[in-house]
Amino acid sequence: MSDAAHAHDDHSHGHPSGIMRWLTTTNHKDIGTLYLGFAFIMLFTAGSMALLIRAELFQPGLQITNPDFFNQLTTLHGLIMVFGVIMPAFSGFANWQVPLMLGAPDMAFPRMNNWAFWVLPVAGLMLMGSFLLPGGAVAGGWTMYPPLFIQGGISYDLTILAVHIMGLSSIMGSINIATTILNMRAPGLTLMKMPLFCWTWLITAYLLIATMPVLAGAVTMLLTDRNFGTHFFNAAGGGDPVMFQHIFWFFAHPEVYILILPAFGIVSQVIPTFARKPLFGYASMVYATASIAILSFIVWAHHMFTVGMPVAAQLFFMFSTMLIAVPTGVKVFNWVATMWKGSLTFETPMLFAIAFVCLFTIGGFSGLVLAMAPVDIQVHDTYYVVAHFHYVLVSGALFAIFAGSYYWLPKWTGHMYDETLGKWHFWLSVIGMNIVFFPMHFLGLAGMPRRIPDYALQFTEFNQIATVGAFIFGFSQLIFLVVVLKAIKGGAKATDQVWEGAEGLEWTLPSPAPYHTFETAPVVK
Amino acid sequence: MKSMWQRAGMMGAALATSQTALAEYAYNLPEPASQVARDVFQLHNLILLVCLGIFVVVFGAMFYSLVKHRKSAGHQAAHFHENTTVEIIWTVIPFIILVGMAYPAAKVVIDMKDTSSPDLTVKITGYQWKWGYDYLNDGVSFYSNLSTPREQINGTAAKGEHYLLEVDEPMVVPVGKRVRLLITANDVIHAWWVPALGAKQDAIPGFIRDSWFKADKIGTYRGQCVELCGKDHGFMPIVVEVVSEEDYAAWVAKKKGAAAVAAADGTKVFELTDLMTRGESVYQGNCAACHQADGMGMAGVFPAIDGSKVATGPIADHIALVMNGVPGTAMAAFAGMLSDADIAAVVTYQRNAWNNKTGDLVQPAQIAAARGGAAAEAAAPAAQ
Repeated sequence: MSDAAHAHDDHSHGHPSGIMRWLTTTNHKDIGTLYLGFAFIMLFTAGSMALLIRAELFQPGLQITNPDFFNQLTTLHGLIMVFGVIMPAFSGFANWQVPLMLGAPDMAFPRMNNWAFWVLPVAGLMLMGSFLLPGGAVAGGWTMYPPLFIQGGISYDLTILAVHIMGLSSIMGSINIATTILNMRAPGLTLMKMPLFCWTWLITAYLLIATMPVLAGAVTMLLTDRNFGTHFFNAAGGGDPVMFQHIFWFFAHPEVYILILPAFGIVSQVIPTFARKPLFGYASMVYATASIAILSFIVWAHHMFTVGMPVAAQLFFMFSTMLIAVPTGVKVFNWVATMWKGSLTFETPMLFAIAFVCLFTIGGFSGLVLAMAPVDIQVHDTYYVVAHFHYVLVSGALFAIFAGSYYWLPKWTGHMYDETLGKWHFWLSVIGMNIVFFPMHFLGLAGMPRRIPDYALQFTEFNQIATVGAFIFGFSQLIFLVVVLKAIKGGAKATDQVWEGAEGLEWTLPSPAPYHTFETAPVVK
Repeated sequence: MKSMWQRAGMMGAALATSQTALAEYAYNLPEPASQVARDVFQLHNLILLVCLGIFVVVFGAMFYSLVKHRKSAGHQAAHFHENTTVEIIWTVIPFIILVGMAYPAAKVVIDMKDTSSPDLTVKITGYQWKWGYDYLNDGVSFYSNLSTPREQINGTAAKGEHYLLEVDEPMVVPVGKRVRLLITANDVIHAWWVPALGAKQDAIPGFIRDSWFKADKIGTYRGQCVELCGKDHGFMPIVVEVVSEEDYAAWVAKKKGAAAVAAADGTKVFELTDLMTRGESVYQGNCAACHQADGMGMAGVFPAIDGSKVATGPIADHIALVMNGVPGTAMAAFAGMLSDADIAAVVTYQRNAWNNKTGDLVQPAQIAAARGGAAAEAAAPAAQ
């Protein structure tokens, strides 16, 4: 597979340059870069909100926020981290890597790809802009539960609209990715030979297509309840506030896997590379991913154990939730078995991948604790839950995004990143992250509710520790920013292979990958 | 086997409490004060031990590999990438462990849900932002508000021992009795939780859900609202006083006496100064959280009362707004929450405080009239 054809950098057949290049681009690499850049900006935006939250919680009493602004911060932090950081970052990875991994020239629907990205900044601006509106931004929690959500001002309607737009973007992106994976693989690249990252994204795409319309329905009902006198969620008009929670979590539990399956995919690419050994149990990884996705549709009400369901429902959702531990366990065992008897080196991507396996599993264990309905009822809506989902989303999804960024940066920019800074970023992140979130388990068990701006005195010490950790973790992300900017500007020239143990079509291309790749499909044996 | 878990649980509890005494570090659930809380405590310890075991085995293997199978230590990569036997084993073993954990958990679920044959039933209603308690057997009703002074929250006064976990009127129950809780809400969803009693239930407007507890020991147990319910979600604590049966009977008698005195107020005619004093305290307890103590509200969220058209306009409209609330906003309908005398007092206060010097006087009889119905209309002329 020679790439002599790509050697001339040919993005100038009358294409616009400057800002118009980015606005009108249909190139999967440009769009991937846009997604990743957007996610990066949003990471710092929502991260700053988290630091404000942690600063307020450094000691009991109200110091720097008032309760209403505090609720705005927690709500926007959640909404932006989920819809503005993790999901766009994974879309960025998919745009860059799926065509390169499949040997395809671009995504299946390049124009829709452009549109799917460019609606996102609009939604982001709407969310951020709502801070300036009378009454401030939305403060009802990222879960948007009515009737509280019905009470808010104009920014609540704006948020509903923003969620609609982000859903639209996700659906367009997913259709594009699924179509590309199913139709544009290089000759010989059968589904069961495809890199696991493509498998996890294929399954994620189906989850998105299935659940995003459900979210759209739920928020539309909120919108009509708020503005057009319907009573879907108002008991006084024959509705039911709990129905919203059922619909919302029918979306949001699969959403949890949307946020983690691509992370599984990235880690499954990184670990074999640095273990210099093929992924253990490829087929069982595929089946485990599919089982997790299917199970995700029948466990939603474990988020609602305290609403007061009948015994039978509580038992059903408890058992089905526990079942998810089986395929998830298979994945962890496979990653460990991939490292076993390998020839391991510990470059930054591998460090983040190992931290992912270890810390994501801690999140999995607290998930198992939460699956037990009686224990969940005790710690539901406390900091225990906050600790749990930050272990799976920060040391899970976000660490995988870091691992993937370090892993593919040389291929994207053509330069090796600064390994020393990368290691500093890793160690400060992993230590900071544990200092923030581990004490939250204790806070939750001791009875500290989540989403409160002020707390009783016995929670002080652990909150102070968490705040110190948050500032270490938050500011160490600036190192990552420096690493990425340095690699874009220059640095040691990356080889085509980049990593000794890397396998797959993307590593046969030059570094940086030319603007157009695989115009003639490679043949995979 | 069970006694072993029980002992582990006790040790954990002892450890947790001794730690609390030393510094404020608590590492586990609070010391249980009911059978359900004890079951949950033990279940949690059991799961934690199982997870710890799995963690040590799996990550023991991983860290062994990280040390021994390094390239820098000269280790050559093997090339195996599947092993059906191993893969089946590590699918089946977790499944068996899960079944072992599901069984005790299911037993506790069934016990928690069994709210039958109560000795006492209390209806609990969540409001933005306080709790209401109605004792269905004993006919006692009251509201329970946060009693921590504002100065402590704003940092202008030293914080007390039970900062944010103290109320003006605690819920009082007799020790060793099955207390059934009927939980609902008036405006948005709240959740009632007392950790040591092992009872948590969302309070859902328009629906009644139930839960129960039976407290083992006399004592004071504290909890908080645990469902985001707006601005003052963090400021609506729950305090349950568990007392002896005699003390409980005495408390019920006292509450009933106080209720009789309050009922008599509904037919009285008050002076302006009395209404203003009473109105200010009702205002602080029910209105100030949103409309603020100075009546200025919060721009864009909660309207000001000082200088508002409602508080200086027609009296009937003002009374109607306070009684019926504004649907779809945080403005609650106070008709069902406050007595005639309290509504009369607070409306009078709002019409005369700050710059609203209307000089209007509203009497309880006017509120009774506004409540409508033949009985109220008959009462109104009699009062005049």
